[in-house]
This record gives sequence, structure tokens and C-alpha cells, in this order.
Amino acid sequence: MMNHAAKAGKFLADLKRADWHDQTLWIMRKKRDKAVSCVPEWEELRDKASQIKEHVLSNLDAYLLQFEVEAVKNGAQVHWAFDSESFNQKVYSIINGYQAQKVVKSKSMLTEECGLNPYLEDKGIEVVDTDLGERIIQLRGEPPSHMVVPAIHLKKEEIGELFHSKLGTEKGLADAQKLTSAARQHLRKKFLSAEVAITGVNFSVAETGTVVVCTNEGNADMGVQIAPVQIHCMGIEKILPRVEDLGIFIQMLARNATGQPITTYTSHYQKPKPGGAMHIIIVDNGRSEHLGNSKYRDSLKCIRCGACLNTCPVYRRSGGHSYNYVISGPVGSILSPIYSINKYKDLPFASSLCGSCTNVCPVKINIHQQLYSWRQEIFEKRLIPTSKRYGFKFAGKILASSRYYNFFGKNIRWALKHLPRKVLYHRINIWGRCRELPPAPDKTFNQWYQENYKRN
Amino acid sequence: MEMNVNYKIGLFIPCYIDQFYPQVGIATLELLVKLGLNVDYPLKQTCCGQPLANSGCEADARSIYLNFVNNFREFDYVVSPSGSCVYHVREHYNILEQTEEVTRIRQNTYELCEFIVDILKVEDLKISFPHKVGIHHSCHGLRGLKLGASSELVTTRYSKVHRLLEKADKIELITLEREDECCGFGGTFSIFEPDISVKMGTERILDHERNGAEVITATDMSCLMHLEGIARRNKNKVKFNHIAEILNQSRL
Repeated sequence: MMNHAAKAGKFLADLKRADWHDQTLWIMRKKRDKAVSCVPEWEELRDKASQIKEHVLSNLDAYLLQFEVEAVKNGAQVHWAFDSESFNQKVYSIINGYQAQKVVKSKSMLTEECGLNPYLEDKGIEVVDTDLGERIIQLRGEPPSHMVVPAIHLKKEEIGELFHSKLGTEKGLADAQKLTSAARQHLRKKFLSAEVAITGVNFSVAETGTVVVCTNEGNADMGVQIAPVQIHCMGIEKILPRVEDLGIFIQMLARNATGQPITTYTSHYQKPKPGGAMHIIIVDNGRSEHLGNSKYRDSLKCIRCGACLNTCPVYRRSGGHSYNYVISGPVGSILSPIYSINKYKDLPFASSLCGSCTNVCPVKINIHQQLYSWRQEIFEKRLIPTSKRYGFKFAGKILASSRYYNFFGKNIRWALKHLPRKVLYHRINIWGRCRELPPAPDKTFNQWYQENYKRN
Repeated sequence: MEMNVNYKIGLFIPCYIDQFYPQVGIATLELLVKLGLNVDYPLKQTCCGQPLANSGCEADARSIYLNFVNNFREFDYVVSPSGSCVYHVREHYNILEQTEEVTRIRQNTYELCEFIVDILKVEDLKISFPHKVGIHHSCHGLRGLKLGASSELVTTRYSKVHRLLEKADKIELITLEREDECCGFGGTFSIFEPDISVKMGTERILDHERNGAEVITATDMSCLMHLEGIARRNKNKVKFNHIAEILNQSRL
């Protein structure tokens, strides 16, 4: 498996596409800046949102149980799933209980995280992702490259080609409106025949037992209104205490994500429709263990707005797939090692630690500090190559002593000055592949100071 | 704390400046002396330990941290021409035992511009610098030390670096399309992720050049070492000066 740096290199090899990708996401960042600057109290909202999440994480047990009681009162059936396996089984058993075969789905990173689609498909269930971006990547058999705009890595022409081969549209179609219309026609049939609708959950409210889904295309609504059975899948961290808390989060989510004041649809699902059934599955999948880890607990506050991806200069230039985890970008790089530090050990290093992610985060997760922290842990667990490890240990010894430091400094400057270019810029010099090395002055500042300045 | 001319100022010159860019250390020292300060440079200083710590081996950097503390224990303030190293001392020396001494050193270590604006409360250094200058806002200075308000935040805009430069005679400060995007240096990031690192740097240079910069300046020579390395390879015309070199044009 290639690591992030290698995949990023591959992504950048197509320079035109990389520039386009960077620019597209930068525009999202700029739109975000404009939208949040219309809210003068934005920074206070961030504090509030972070505090509410903090409170929720500290009282998760009570709020989840309160939510369950209220949801059951409303007529919903509440299920609990400890891990992805039990979640997938639970979804399947609900679908199977209705002898259903056809499922439509909208807006759920959680089902991506748990690998629900392949699980259900193996059991012979047809699952159709109905949001345009999700449908595109489903047809391509790819994971999302961005948690909000999952097909952002693709150009219109590529989607035209995909639709030509999968949906039978005319060849060479690259008009966004026509492509969207073709997808709609195709999805309309799926909606009308769906027996079960699955959605993710952006927020759930403990005091009312409501789940809230924010979408732009309205597909969650379309699915839920048509299919007799609705299943909402939520991670345990999605809970908010009160309806009024939504006022803060709804105000922030779309502004920070896409620069819209609010998503086109903000759907509150509270009870099953007449004659229908409403299921809510509350999923842990590693979250409660994560909650117990004081260093990284804050990352559970994430509301999946994607702003840290849009602002990240590394994400924009390496693409979501270079992260090799369902949630890409900075927040993915602090969430993934919780699941497998060995598998995702390269991700905390896929950052220049510029801190822009932390500054855009609506719930003030200290993303860049967690990246730093993960690096320490990866090193301690000896998950980086031995040569690198000893190299750093050696450097530590040199830099701790002025005598060794001066000796090595002198030799490095000598080498920079006297070695032939061919040797200096041998390909093992990674710095020098695309950059010139720094100059090699005859004297260090230290020497100059001693000769020119030292009093006494 | 009121500034007192008798305060002892320790000059911290980061390792790569000491070795590769002594002129930046000289400019910093000369400027502080022009400002009437009692400055000393402890000879056994080396590095702040950041290159190791940012790569994950904070534990191996501990002895470097101790060397820093040993060198700077006798000063009222430590001043350095590097936002990144200062940020590292303040933010990450928390793994040392927090004795009164360590706490004091962490609190009293300042980046040069921050020290001039916040502690000395001087803003007009009487500089003349007749060039079009692009400011590269180094991330650790900007977002870490809050030398300015970064573009992500909804807050009153300010920049200590800008404030010092805008008073300069004949200077023209240019506006960038991406005012505070990272240059991609990131310490060992520049080696671990070379392609992204170089790409980020290349684009920063182009942004400055497109907007007419003759000189790119920053509070961190490390960012400039990376950018200059790319610019020299790509034969960009723009020049690089550490902020201390510009501020030392001062006729105070």
C-alpha cells in the first residue's frame, strides 16, 4: 500500500488536475470566509458549539438514554450497535424483517465507515446512494474523496463518460445541468420502487427524540416520504441536549461547509409516517473507547462540515483518496489512527502543521495539536522505520551539545561548499530534487559574535 | 511589565540561522542594540529541538530543551528572529518539569517583531526600504504566536509585522491572492512529503510575483530557506530577506 506522500506525488503528477482541484476547494474556502464573516458573533458561536459538544461528551450516557426514551415515545424503534459488524447485521435484519430488497440511501458517512453497502449487496439487497456525488462514486466503485462533496475529484467530462456507460446517456455529455437531470431521471425510478430508506444523521435532539438531516438535494426527504420503512443511522456523538442548541449548529454547518447560509433542506424526523416504520440505530464503532482517550477525545466533537479539508493546503493538493481512510483531510488524519495506528501511521505526518484546520473548525478541535501528539505516539510505538528513528536519536545527541553541534555544522558547511554538485544533488538528497540547498557561509553567527562582539 | 533598559536580553539564534544565515543573526543583534538594549548571546546555545519534536521524537529532544534552558536561565527576556522556534519553546516545552525557571523562560521568550511591538512598544523604527515587499506570514508566528489575525478568523484584522513595515519610508506592501497560506516547509514535512511541500512553495512564490513583489520577507528564515531554494532552482527573480534584515535598516 502506498503511503500518503507517494499517493500525493502521483496526484500531483497530473499538474493541471491538481491545480484545478486546489482552486475548486480554495473557492469553497473563500465562500466559507464570506459566509461566516456575515455572522459577527462567529467566534463566540464556535466557543458555544465547542462547549455544548464538550458537555454532551461528558454526559453522553444520560443524553443517549433520554433520546431513546423520547424517540420510543414518538413511536420510533431504537437499536444499538456496538461495532460496524453488529451495525451492518442490524440494518440487514431490519430490511429482512420487512422482506425488502430495494433500499435508497442518503447522506451518511457512518454507513461508509461501517462498509454497509458491500455488506448489503452481498446479501442480495440493492442499495442505491441517491445524492448525486455519492451516486457518482458508487457507480465508479470508489470511496468518497471528501466528506461533504464526495465526487469533488471528478470533472464533468468524466461524469459524462461514467453516465454514458452506466446510465446510457449520450456520449460526450459534459453539461452539468443535463448530467444532473439524467441522474434525477435514473434516481426517480429507484425512489419510487424503494421499500426502505436509509439516512445518516447530522444532529439528534435528546429532549425530543428527533433526528435532523441537512441536505441540499432533498433526497433524504424523498426517500423517507416514499419508502414505507425509514432507518436513521447515527454515531453516538451526534446528540445535542435541546432543540435550541440546533440554532447554533444549523447556523454554522452549511456556512462553514459550503458557504451557504443554511442547507436547502433541514429535515427533522420525529415519528413514523402513518402506516410506516421508523428505526434509529445508534452506533458506537470505537467511539466510546475514543471518548476515554483524553488526548484525542475532542475529535469526537466533529460535525463533518469538511471545512478543515477545504482549507488544508495539503488536502487540496493531494486529493481525498491519498488519505486511504473514509474520512480524509486533517480531521481524518486524527480520527483514523484511533481505529488503527499501524494502518494510518502516515496520516498524522501528512500536514505542515500550519494550523489553518484548527482555526476553521466550528467546534474548535485542536486538530494540528492532535496531529503533533499522534506523531509522538507513532514514534514511541516504533512505527517509523528504524533508520529514521536512529537518525533522529543521533540528531538529538548532536543538537543537545554545542561541541558536537559546532563540529557537525562546520562539516556540513564544508560539504555544501566543496562537494561537486553531482554529489550534493545525488537523488538521495530529497530536499535537493526540486530545491537548491542553503548557502554555506565561512563563519557562523556564533563565530562572528565571538570575533566582533563579545565583550571581555 | 515596563521595559527597563537594564533588563538582560538573551539572543537566541536558531541553528539553521547560525549555520547558514549569520547575516540574519547579525541584523537581529544590531537592531536590538540600536533599540538601546543590553543584549547577550550565550555561546553554548544550539537548537530549540523542534525538528525532532515535530517528527514525533519529542522524547529525544528533551536534552536539547534542557540545553536551551541552561543557556537562557539568566535573562529577563529571550528574543529570537524565528516565530516557529519561539512557538516551540512556548507551546511544547511543557514536557519538561515546570519549575519556576522553565515557566519563566517559556513565558519570556519572544519573537523579534512581537517583542518590539508588545514589549518595547515601538512601532516606528525609522526605516527606509524602497521596494515592493510581500509579507509571507509564517504559520507558527501567525496562528501560533498570534502575530496577526489569520484569514480564517472572524475578528478585527491586525498584523504586528505589517504594522512595523508599513511605517517604513518608500516601502510598498503588496496584497496577495492567498494572504496567509502555508509555504509548505513544515520542518521535516519538507522531506517526508517533498512533492506537496515543493508544490505549496512554488505557488506561494508565484502569488508574490504575480502581485509585484521584489522582496519576500517573513519572520521565519526556515520558510524563506525553502522558498528561496525553490526560487533559485526555478530562476524566479524575487529576492528574500528576513524581517530582521529590513528592520535593521532602522536609523534609530
